Amino acid sequence: MTDTLQPETSPVTRTLPRGHITADVLKDAGITFVIALLLFGSIVGLRTDTVNGVLVLIPQFGKALALATAVAVGRLLLDVFIWRRMTDGRTFASLIPSALPVLKVAGAVGVTFGLALYSIPGFRASLVAGAGSGHPALGAITDLITFACESTFLVIAAMSIVRAARLVIGQTPDEAVGQGILRRFTADFGREFPIALLLIALALPMLTAGPSQRYAIDTATQILIYVMLGWGLNIVVGLAGLLDLGYVAFYAVGAYTYALISTQFGWSFWVCLPLAGFFAALWGITLGFPVLRLRGDYLAIVTMAFGEIIRIVLLNWQSLTGGPNGINRIPKLTFFGLPFERTGDGTFASVFGLKFDPLHRMVFLYYVILALALLTNFITLRLRRLPIGRAWEALREDEIACRSVGINTVTTKLTAFAIGAMFGGFAGSFFAARQGFISPESFTFMESALVLAIVVLGGLGSQLGVVIAAVILIGSAERFRDLEDFRMLIFGLSMVLVMIWRPRGLMSGRTPSAFLNARKNISGSFVKEGRG
Amino acid sequence: MADGVSDATRDDLLRVENLTMRFGGLVAVDKLSFTARRGDITAIIGPNGAGKTTFFNCITGFYKPTEGRIALAHGSEAAFEALPAATFRGKQWTKANGACAVFLLERMPGFEIARLARVARTFQNIRLFAGMTLLENLLVAQHTVLNAASGYTIGGLLGLASFKRAEAAAIDKAAYWLREIGLVDRADDPAGDLPYGAQRRLEIARAMCTDPVLLCLDEPAAGLNPRESHELNALLLKIREEHALSILLIEHDMGVVMQISDRIAVLDYGKKIAEGTPDEIRADPRVIAAYLGVPDDEVEDVGAEVGL
Amino acid sequence: MDYFAQQLINGLTLGSIYGLIAIGYTMVYGIVGMINFAHGEVFMIGAFIALIAVLSLFALGVTAVPLALLLALVIAMALTGLWGWAIERLAYRPLRNSFRLAPLITAIGMSIALQTFVALTQGARSKPLPPVIRGGFTLSEGNGFAVSLSYMQILIIVTTVVVMAAFSYLINSTSLGRAQRACEQDRKMAALCGVNVDRTISLTFVIGAALAAVAGLMFLAYYGVIDFFVGFVAGIKAFTAAVLGGIGSLPGAMLGGLLIGLIEVFWAGYFTAQYKDVAAFSILAIVLIFMPSGLLGRPEVEKV
Repeated sequence: MTDTLQPETSPVTRTLPRGHITADVLKDAGITFVIALLLFGSIVGLRTDTVNGVLVLIPQFGKALALATAVAVGRLLLDVFIWRRMTDGRTFASLIPSALPVLKVAGAVGVTFGLALYSIPGFRASLVAGAGSGHPALGAITDLITFACESTFLVIAAMSIVRAARLVIGQTPDEAVGQGILRRFTADFGREFPIALLLIALALPMLTAGPSQRYAIDTATQILIYVMLGWGLNIVVGLAGLLDLGYVAFYAVGAYTYALISTQFGWSFWVCLPLAGFFAALWGITLGFPVLRLRGDYLAIVTMAFGEIIRIVLLNWQSLTGGPNGINRIPKLTFFGLPFERTGDGTFASVFGLKFDPLHRMVFLYYVILALALLTNFITLRLRRLPIGRAWEALREDEIACRSVGINTVTTKLTAFAIGAMFGGFAGSFFAARQGFISPESFTFMESALVLAIVVLGGLGSQLGVVIAAVILIGSAERFRDLEDFRMLIFGLSMVLVMIWRPRGLMSGRTPSAFLNARKNISGSFVKEGRG
Repeated sequence: MADGVSDATRDDLLRVENLTMRFGGLVAVDKLSFTARRGDITAIIGPNGAGKTTFFNCITGFYKPTEGRIALAHGSEAAFEALPAATFRGKQWTKANGACAVFLLERMPGFEIARLARVARTFQNIRLFAGMTLLENLLVAQHTVLNAASGYTIGGLLGLASFKRAEAAAIDKAAYWLREIGLVDRADDPAGDLPYGAQRRLEIARAMCTDPVLLCLDEPAAGLNPRESHELNALLLKIREEHALSILLIEHDMGVVMQISDRIAVLDYGKKIAEGTPDEIRADPRVIAAYLGVPDDEVEDVGAEVGL
Repeated sequence: MDYFAQQLINGLTLGSIYGLIAIGYTMVYGIVGMINFAHGEVFMIGAFIALIAVLSLFALGVTAVPLALLLALVIAMALTGLWGWAIERLAYRPLRNSFRLAPLITAIGMSIALQTFVALTQGARSKPLPPVIRGGFTLSEGNGFAVSLSYMQILIIVTTVVVMAAFSYLINSTSLGRAQRACEQDRKMAALCGVNVDRTISLTFVIGAALAAVAGLMFLAYYGVIDFFVGFVAGIKAFTAAVLGGIGSLPGAMLGGLLIGLIEVFWAGYFTAQYKDVAAFSILAIVLIFMPSGLLGRPEVEKV
């Protein structure tokens, strides 16, 4: 609002044609340089280090200078090539059409490259290794780019298969009925994306081979845990509009429930799973009840406090939880009673007459979490169309109006807390069964923040958004693992950039839960975010 | 429209006794006693800050009154006979003989007032579920019925046929109300996208979807143009005729108030200063004085000046 | 009784530090209505800049400790203020008037980025600084227990009082303070009345960061060791303090800071040190459940 009332505060007057480096652009870059130099000079310029037990300063002004120069040049380039084009109310998005031909060509090249990468075994690995021998960062970037090309190819291929299947069974998109085959193939192509994603998820263990297979399945399992957590939290934050910063507490409750029951009583995973969900839901209600009166940021801080309290209790209740050492030797998941062991009778491999391969267990784990996640998604989508789901969304939109139509806001909030917590508990017990070891370190506030970031980046309330955000955040964090130090820096900065680019998340807007004439998606600008 | 005034068969629906609401030192409603009759459109008017909305908030459970009793009778006014006993025993509501029941609204939480006592309301500054479609808004209003039909979610999750039937019925009902307010073409648009007048109508439809016996409208004509006000009058009269409903109305637009009200109560500084038919109110010097802001001792002079 | 007095002194010292950080949270919340999660990191950066400044000054031959500390304080306040400004400009201003959760996520992202940035450039190991001020008074001795009040503690409490006094003057009696209070009430109206809202908000971040730098220097001098992670824990505690005092209320932030400091120290002193954070968080939860807007916050009236 104030933006329209305030004069543009940037020192640059953005009225000049693009591509001209004028005095004010240079002045702006100069100011940027000075500020960046002060900022970086103060932290980067002198490195504190302990030498012989004494803290000394090691000058590294060159680094500070380089960073400041990079920032100033970056701003200069942005200014000249992007901001100057955004005059007269044009937004960044409005620049995209003019770049569309370039993007299309780049996309086609990328997909073709992806096809080559995917079909030639070892091509990608050798590319990455080659670049990595130059500089580790170069290797990581090559890795990311080739990975992106390959995945894009896979997604496009899967979408094409889905569309082809649709055309065969006679489901043509309405707007392309009676038109040429190409038009029928490409019309509204984006809508095949969710099903294509599901296909890829189901076929993932078959899609990869060789040394990257284990890595791919492991990463995908990791991503799916976060997808499930994201979907669980999405009920609380996205649908009911209750800002929960302590969601990791329920993840922890689920994990410790399974770990304790299975190590103490030897119960199997499939018995413990519902129990873990039940206990997590119970905690959801117990923690939810006292905080119902709180709104907005107060709710956020108290849920965060509860999350921390649970972690500290886990850390210090040595006799029960093993304290900081955590719980070891949690029974691993078995194939409905058949363990994945190298030797012995009645193992998975021996019963099915297979040669033992640790991959069996990984694939099984992958399908278990995929099934759990899909179950979560199915239940959530179903709940959204039930009165309770509509009441959650109504609560997010206007709590007072909810009361005026007879909705019990207390129980409505509590069910949101409980069901969200239950899914967190499921994910937690899976996590414990997969790792075989848990400790409070896995349940820090950062974890809650990460899950919340997945939900918000994906777009509040959007199930598909959670998947995309989890793939991007967790996937990229995993891929950058070689660059341990830079990984989190890039991670944090990209969170900032993506949020500035799309404040309502990647998939903003909502699909109505019922329709009279036609289902139309609702623009995100109408959807409220809740104050609870 | 004073046709109902002489109708002596209309019995009491709502009895408010000695209602007082204090906020710290401020007395927003001061020992107010008030009766609304079944089937009537009762208007509450008064200058800004007279305590009208506070009075509404007490009836609909958003405020807990400091003192006083608000009793609502379902069925017939015979239900009020059970009132002393219910008051004494500390009950929120009690069944009387037959299908009658009496509700002590000041004791009930807001959502129970809407759910059990079936008092629905609209808000002065419209409160719709802006990000939900018109249809969804009206389905949320039928939450009580639908939630029970869904077996409190369990049955709905399993996809019971009875729930599907209930949902289809709810959608039919919503469609009926969308037709009534002339917005059926926009059923699948977000409520926040509607123009102001349409939002006001949708809010009334949403309140009606809760199956109320008493509908409380807080300034329904505010911000409407003359044509829209006129349509509102017609809508309210139609609703009252077809749905055996009583309406309580806060309104500043005298065109609306005088045309459709059966009775009018006038509030000033939290006190009721007059009550009667539109004609009586129009002629009451105290009302004119209250609107003009004249001290009490000059009321007579004002009366003389305006020719009463 | 002696033990009690000692805990009181320690609690007030810790509470002063929390209070100074809490003001940054509460000011930002008051004016833009967002939780600046990165503020803990600003405190950490303040502590690092102060450490580097102290070491540089010693290396440059400024050996007089009071002078070195004073100069380091000024340098740290100025540079940390610049960091506060930069963070607001980059991560928050583009999202002003946008979706409420968006700046919360950028704040979390900033927090992660700043932590890693400092870990990368300054090393992840903790930085021990030998005590710069030694000695103190012994207030009472006897029963085998001595109550001591170190010069460091006096310095911290006195600095806090002085900074708070200056700060109160700034908020209550200058045109900047008036502009801030106006923006807090109604940003749009303030803009219509000619207040430069962007500048006022920027300055709020600068002041908050400068106060965090004061806290950072005091933390460094008091505990003698910092690492890149100190911002997270101190930040959460200070935020808790701000909410406890009633977020948006400046005296509330100071009061909340002192209370959190006291609760922590007393709990650790009389019960167990492990659960001191649980005590602080539990009291926060209890206070909020019974006084939903904190101790000194304005109660939020639900307008129907």
